Amino acid sequence: MLKYIFKRILMLIPVLIGVSIIVFLIMRVFSPDPAPIVLGQHATQTAVEVWRQANGLNDPIFLQYYHFITGALTGDLGTSFYTKMPVLKEIFSRFPATIELAVVAIMLASIFGILIGVVSAVKKNSIFDNAGMLLALVGVSMPIFWLGILLIIFFSGTLHWLPSSGRINPMLQPGSVTGFYLIDSLIAGNMDAFGDALRHLVLPASALAMYSMAIIARMTRSSMLETLQQDYIRTARAKGVSEGRVIRKHALRNGLIPIVTVIGLQLGSLLGGAVLTETVFSWPGIGSYTVACILKSDFPVVQGVVLLIAFVFVLVNLLVDVIYAFLDPRIKYSKKEG
Amino acid sequence: MVKDVSSNSDENLIQAAEYVEKPESQLKEMWETLKQNKAAVVGLFIIALLALIALAVWGSELLGKQILPYDPNYSDMTKSFIWPNAEHWFGTDQLGRDMLSRILDGTKISLFVGVAAVAISLSIGVMLGAIAGYRGGKTDAFIMRVMDVMLSIPSILLAIAFMAALGKGLDKAVIAIGLVSIPEYARIVRGSILSVKENDYVQAAKVIGNKDSRIIFKHILPNIISLIVVRATLGISTAVLDTAALGFLGLGVQPPYAEWGDMLGRARGFIFTAPYTLIFPGIAITIIVLAFNLLGDGLRDALDPKSRIK
Amino acid sequence: MLLEVKNLRTEFKLKRGTVRAVDDISFTIDKGEILAIVGESGSGKSVTSLSIMGLLQKPGRIAGGEISFKSQDLNKMSQKELQKIRGNQISMIFQEPMTSLNPVWRIKDQIMENIMTHMKISKKEALARTIEMLDTVGIPSPAERANDYPHQMSGGMRQRVMTAMALSCEPELLIADEPTTALDVTIQAQILELLYQMREKFHMAVLLITHDLGVVSEAADRVIVMYCGKIVEEADVKSLFSQPLHPYTVGLLQSIPQIDDESDQRLYMIKGMVPNPLNMPPGCYFSDRCDSCMERCTQEMPELQEINGHKVRCFLYDKAKEGELSAK
Repeated sequence: MLKYIFKRILMLIPVLIGVSIIVFLIMRVFSPDPAPIVLGQHATQTAVEVWRQANGLNDPIFLQYYHFITGALTGDLGTSFYTKMPVLKEIFSRFPATIELAVVAIMLASIFGILIGVVSAVKKNSIFDNAGMLLALVGVSMPIFWLGILLIIFFSGTLHWLPSSGRINPMLQPGSVTGFYLIDSLIAGNMDAFGDALRHLVLPASALAMYSMAIIARMTRSSMLETLQQDYIRTARAKGVSEGRVIRKHALRNGLIPIVTVIGLQLGSLLGGAVLTETVFSWPGIGSYTVACILKSDFPVVQGVVLLIAFVFVLVNLLVDVIYAFLDPRIKYSKKEG
Repeated sequence: MVKDVSSNSDENLIQAAEYVEKPESQLKEMWETLKQNKAAVVGLFIIALLALIALAVWGSELLGKQILPYDPNYSDMTKSFIWPNAEHWFGTDQLGRDMLSRILDGTKISLFVGVAAVAISLSIGVMLGAIAGYRGGKTDAFIMRVMDVMLSIPSILLAIAFMAALGKGLDKAVIAIGLVSIPEYARIVRGSILSVKENDYVQAAKVIGNKDSRIIFKHILPNIISLIVVRATLGISTAVLDTAALGFLGLGVQPPYAEWGDMLGRARGFIFTAPYTLIFPGIAITIIVLAFNLLGDGLRDALDPKSRIK
Repeated sequence: MLLEVKNLRTEFKLKRGTVRAVDDISFTIDKGEILAIVGESGSGKSVTSLSIMGLLQKPGRIAGGEISFKSQDLNKMSQKELQKIRGNQISMIFQEPMTSLNPVWRIKDQIMENIMTHMKISKKEALARTIEMLDTVGIPSPAERANDYPHQMSGGMRQRVMTAMALSCEPELLIADEPTTALDVTIQAQILELLYQMREKFHMAVLLITHDLGVVSEAADRVIVMYCGKIVEEADVKSLFSQPLHPYTVGLLQSIPQIDDESDQRLYMIKGMVPNPLNMPPGCYFSDRCDSCMERCTQEMPELQEINGHKVRCFLYDKAKEGELSAK
């Protein structure tokens, strides 16, 4: 098992190199010159030249890539064109906000998605099934950002229940230990801050979770329906096991195995969705920041962020495969190559 | 009908009885089953209706006639932010333009971008997948690694990056959205080809000395066409959503075109003062995406022999 | 009498019509008896066994009749009451040993679940019993194999595990639904032998469902032949094989290859195929495939009649011909 994990980690390297090449190509070869954007339209020719020289943009493209990749290996992703701060620092000041949002969202999506999926499968063709699947269908059909807008209009605008933007009331902001406000406020024992952070999280996390929840609900339903048709379910019933136990202990245990993969893949789509959700809710995370940086042609930041997100994504997939192996005793990694 | 002695399940026979004869072609068979699926028929009906609206708007534009209630791009600041009423069913926006006319006008862009983007990803994806699956070896490994790399970047982020490189605009949005979903098609086609490749009839065609391209197009693709149709239908809904997202971020279709995502993005500042400007375009996006999802799900069920029996 | 099935009818409601998979059948099983039900797929034999167990899934349902087990009507019981009987007094083994065991559970847990559902004993005792049962059904080093997952075992071994599980609460009736069909020929014989031994050891009755007359001749005491949901013949094993009455049974017997057959005759085949259950021939269901079909056969369904303890559903043996038969 360890050997397999190690092998998989080694296989991440070419993927990450590939990601860096693609991003590099898009940003540095095909994108327009960033100098006029960074320095403004009226910058003099010499100022532009000096700036390009200073940022290594006059080097041959291969040399630029070489500098980038050797820097990345030592943890140096360059500095932002604008703030002149190290990219890594820029990223890590915003990453916890995104992770916090994504983790809460995937938890919401998994819990409700699995719940709806299982009940829909068990009570197939019932009112609950039909309602659940209609909700799931609408969930995959609604633009995330529009759902966010609707939630704001209703819960912030009409009802005034929940805040529509930001992570926390700045007056309550806890000292930064982990960067996750929910955890930091608990560490500080500041329940007011915890509650406020939670209130700020509800709407963006719900908006972000909806799509994944819908996907998970649909996949869970079809997986459970298939599992419930299996011979071993009939065997369990033939043993005199109660129907509730048949579903919980036999069907769920098998039916949820493929769902682990679905949840892992959804985390990737959540990171994409975060770009939109963060924009709608002015969430100070990495998603909204990246959009801004792409538009400002802040190359070093964009490269760093995309690399990091891809890294998280492939790491999650690796984790999913490992969990899969624990859940399904039939899988043996010694024989299989990824 | 085959007598299956090895199976003890009497249900087999009952299922066989349910499914009496096999229509000649996969697509025809799909269509037959599709007609029985109410949800899919509803989806198809909505799509037909939207296509009709789009064609009517586009046609009248070419002829220089006005069939929409108002000129979708005519702005009259004295009439801005009129709440929905008998005259302006969906109200007017910040520039005093009629929302209903703009939403109807936007149908053609969403449909066009959706279909065109899928056409791009479909043609490139199918080609790459077919080459990878059929050739195997190093070609396969290379193509699929590139696809893996693309899949490990969230597609909306990749699309935004493409847009930053290509610049804003309708044509560029189509290309960006088309490019990012290539891997999905490549994967499906490659997977199916790998499983079909070993079939006897393909082997036979090879033995007779058919050219590779002929084998792919004549023998393999027809067998996986239904799978591709399903994927493409669902792909259109994703493409429409992505278009809206790019528009919302201000990267997509540029003014004066009315595009639903762009309308939402520009109206964001009025979320509390004029919420109706944010509700109707969203409903429009949801309906079109829903319609393609309904149709896609129906097609998938029609394709799946298991669900045909249930 | 352990089990008495009376006028059982089981239907599947489909969009295109209702399929009567089991059509008014009656039979009994005595304590310690092995009764075989023989038929092709689609004959209703498996549906019969699932009906007895109360395990029919939608769209199937019991449309009428009684299933009395030790004088209680199983058909009238709630699922809760049935659960107390299933796996305890009546248990079942299935055709597919490869898929009938839960792939993500260790086999000991699967057997222990059966035991602990019905017996109030500790986990430790249940495990001891599990290992003892695995030993009984002939699994070598049972204590270690108990920790295996199903995929680590061969088909024959899995069927032994299924048997151990089914017998773990010492049922009075074991329903074996094609227990050997998915197995290699050599393993088939072993599993049949096992069933036979277990019958002796636990004094239980066995309802053996099969399409294989070879299996029947080796294991059963009495045989029921089913065709399209109806019983067409019922007799003890000896008379069925020595004097088959129904043309369908005759056809089935003739289509078994005989090793000692030295004639050059081609193997007999019953002509045609099983009719579409939604479109049955009028009259006798077998009429369109029968070599001895008479005009009457295409118009009305013959009754099941008893001739010297041998039951048959065929006009060839109508009361008028009774004298002729004994002359034969």
